[in-house]
Amino acid sequence: MPKDSGIGASSKRREDIRFLTGAGNYTDDINIRGQAHVYFLRSDVAHGTIAKIDTSAAEGMPGVVRVFTGADFEAIGGMPCGWQVTDRHGQPMQEPKHPVLAHVKVRHVGEPVAAVVAETLEQARDAAEAIDLEINALPAVVDMKSAVTDGAPKVHDDLTSNLCYDWGFVEENREAVNEAFDKAAHVTTLELVNNRLVANPMEPRVAVGDYARGTDEHTLYTTSQNPHVIRLLMGAFVLGIPEHKLRVVAPDVGGGFGTKIFHYQEEAFCTFAAKACNRPVKWTSSRTEAFMSDAHGRDHVTKIELALDADNNFAAIRTETFANMGAYLSTFAPSVPTWLHGTLMAGNYKTPLIYVNVKAVFTNTVPVDAYRGAGRPEATFQLERVIDKAARELGVDPIALRRQNFVTEFPYATPVAVEYDTGDYVATMDKLEEMADLSGFDARRKESEARGKLRGLGVNCYIEACGIAPSNLVGQLGARAGLYESATVRVNATGGLVVMTGSHSHGQGHETAFPQVIAEMIGIDESMIEIVHGDTANTPMGMGTYGSRSLAVGGSAMVRATEKIIAKATKIASHLLEASESDIELKDGAFSVAGTDKSVAWGDVTLAAYVPHNYPLEDLEPGLEETAFYDPSNFTYPSGAYACEVEVDPDTGKVSIEAFTAVDDFGNVVNPMIVTGQVHGGIAQGIGQALLENCAYDENGQLLSASYMDYAMPRADDLPMFAVDHSCQTPCTHNPLGVKGCGEAGAIGSPPSVVNAVVDALQSAGKDVTHIDMPLSPARVWAAMQ
Amino acid sequence: MAQVSMTVNGKAASGDVEGRTLLSSFLRDSLDLTGTHVGCDTSQCGACVVHVNGEAVKACTMLAVEAQGAEVATIEGMANPDGSLNVIQQAFQDHHGLQCGFCTPGMVMSAAALLKENPKPTEAEVREYLEGNICRCTGYHNIVKAIMAASGQDVSSIAAE
Repeated sequence: MPKDSGIGASSKRREDIRFLTGAGNYTDDINIRGQAHVYFLRSDVAHGTIAKIDTSAAEGMPGVVRVFTGADFEAIGGMPCGWQVTDRHGQPMQEPKHPVLAHVKVRHVGEPVAAVVAETLEQARDAAEAIDLEINALPAVVDMKSAVTDGAPKVHDDLTSNLCYDWGFVEENREAVNEAFDKAAHVTTLELVNNRLVANPMEPRVAVGDYARGTDEHTLYTTSQNPHVIRLLMGAFVLGIPEHKLRVVAPDVGGGFGTKIFHYQEEAFCTFAAKACNRPVKWTSSRTEAFMSDAHGRDHVTKIELALDADNNFAAIRTETFANMGAYLSTFAPSVPTWLHGTLMAGNYKTPLIYVNVKAVFTNTVPVDAYRGAGRPEATFQLERVIDKAARELGVDPIALRRQNFVTEFPYATPVAVEYDTGDYVATMDKLEEMADLSGFDARRKESEARGKLRGLGVNCYIEACGIAPSNLVGQLGARAGLYESATVRVNATGGLVVMTGSHSHGQGHETAFPQVIAEMIGIDESMIEIVHGDTANTPMGMGTYGSRSLAVGGSAMVRATEKIIAKATKIASHLLEASESDIELKDGAFSVAGTDKSVAWGDVTLAAYVPHNYPLEDLEPGLEETAFYDPSNFTYPSGAYACEVEVDPDTGKVSIEAFTAVDDFGNVVNPMIVTGQVHGGIAQGIGQALLENCAYDENGQLLSASYMDYAMPRADDLPMFAVDHSCQTPCTHNPLGVKGCGEAGAIGSPPSVVNAVVDALQSAGKDVTHIDMPLSPARVWAAMQ
Repeated sequence: MAQVSMTVNGKAASGDVEGRTLLSSFLRDSLDLTGTHVGCDTSQCGACVVHVNGEAVKACTMLAVEAQGAEVATIEGMANPDGSLNVIQQAFQDHHGLQCGFCTPGMVMSAAALLKENPKPTEAEVREYLEGNICRCTGYHNIVKAIMAASGQDVSSIAAE
């Protein structure tokens, strides 16, 4: 029987009530008395020098409060980068300055050059048109491989080249891997592009800066996945505001998918300008601005080689990837193609030798950073595509080749420096074959052929790493932040609880799922527990939500804090019951003395904590509030197997998804309904990448896909219903909940199966097609068939 | 500036607007009805869908002055008179048809318009109708399911939410 509350129950989401009635509180819904609006004048060329910027006419326009340019920010720190990668020669990456407003040079279309603060947004926009801006265009670099050739225009004059770093992993294995390739019985090579994407949360970014002159306190309301991180980065590195004078609030946030992790110029500007203008200052991004200022995702060009021995065992993997950084280093950009990508190259397979080379490159494009999956989709895509290609070259079944090479014993230390604690890749593949009815595929193919359509089946596995940790290890790898999470559990006198978490919900349903855990631990109703998140003023320092870490890391912190609560409440109960602490049991919201009918209710204990009349004051402080910081000892490793069936129209090249099945192992599951929803959304984004989405630039660095007219977002009629299962559960061994994280799996696991399926469909028709680069638009598929 | 008057969720509403003020801005900024969201600037995303004289309209495609004298319904007016969720809203909660909630008001308003003109839509009809509403969180699976459930159809054969 499904549970109706606690861990494992599909509790309906409490936050839905406000979202369904228009009562949400998103950042753009916040308006502060006296606020002014800012409009950013952005560069319309990709690369150039600012020859002239005259704001005098704009300053005289109606409603204008003040006009800012890069000169106003010369004394201000630049935008910081939160991760320093060390290259294969032991040298630190090249790290360019990143100004709040462009000064002297512009380096990508959309870079803010000036900012007009005015009474209304319309007045600010009108005045921006009156700014006399002359930019002398310079040759732009857009293509990564061209950018690192001798004589290429440099994005940053003060760097030695456009190469940010040349990373080798594991560098010590380089020669051994090369030798394994020399001895291989078969080598499969695949060159591919992992297409540039834009995360596109439906809520555009917003920032509202406020300043209280009387107390010298700054407040920033912002669309962020991690308000504490923004407070630290902006306060310490950009504006020089100590944390105790800076509050960052991220209220209801309309989706993030990674792109709202990063600290952006507009946040720093609004905070700065609120003090400079002595007015609250608000910025609301338009969608067009979002396309040219939100950090983009993916954009790798890769050559992967897979060496096999004579028995088709994987012997070695060697990759060379060019990773686009864009014009500047976004907050965590350097970590994505390295530690979030190279460490995943073993996948689900026992390949003894792996070498990953990544060249990160500056170009005159919008900065690129983490987008749902961040490095892991890129690793999974190349690995699962090259395995499929190898199977076809060798004439073996792609599933059998995978099964033959599965890791089957855990813990398993990969040759790329991580240790998988648990998993059962055979079980997830077995479940996939059953759910997707793979044995019935041939009949379905014949039926499609009878209608003139080419049917293809694609399968892939994936492994991902969630809850990046521990802090001391990631510090050695170059992170300039810790990766713990925090929770304060405050029990009120009448027994209700408030959990203040450092993680942040922007669609994941923390307000519903987190209480399920505590309700189970104490035995009280979920409705007695409230989750507070998103405000640095009333939550402990935490790192926020990304990398599918909220439950595995933030939930674990909450469990630890609740354990402290229960331990103290047990002492109080033992006093009230006049029994030994070791005899006290907590069940169904009551403390009882084992083997007796003596008990005291949860509410009586909590009341005693705050009205400590009958209370062991000499041994125990009053009150019932505890905080825990949880720093995981390892990543978690969700895994799964996905299958996609497509039909290709041979006349037009149009691909339609006929069936999509996802079998995931997330370890223990707290709310199956929410987990399933996360997988649905991830699959939709993965199919979007595979078939529809492409962030395109022309050779001059002009962004060609800056609206929903040009960037193909998946719509309802592009997608089928999904078959999703997470009944294969190998619990994580090193966090108290045994959970692994589910937010990114769908986006990581789905693109290869779609492409594998299309290739399968075309080969079934005798077409000699081994690969098509994403997105598999009708034009590309049709061209490949000719 | 021009004065504009209309009926919003059954109540008289008026305000001074510029000629270029969009209905979406008037609802959000002048009437503080912030449930109507703006997710794009090309009338593609559908987060701002409201009903004007009973028809689903993207409030970002219409000037406030064009709604002079109109009957406008927004997400804030959709709940039952006792404040409980109406059948569509309830189906969205029951079937997990929303995550971040940003596209949700537009989805609910579009769903209401669809069910008014087609009380028992097929899955394909729901998907086609939602062509003008973009959701980035749900993959649409549970939205489609919720709308079909709200129409009174048995959705138990559709994979679990």
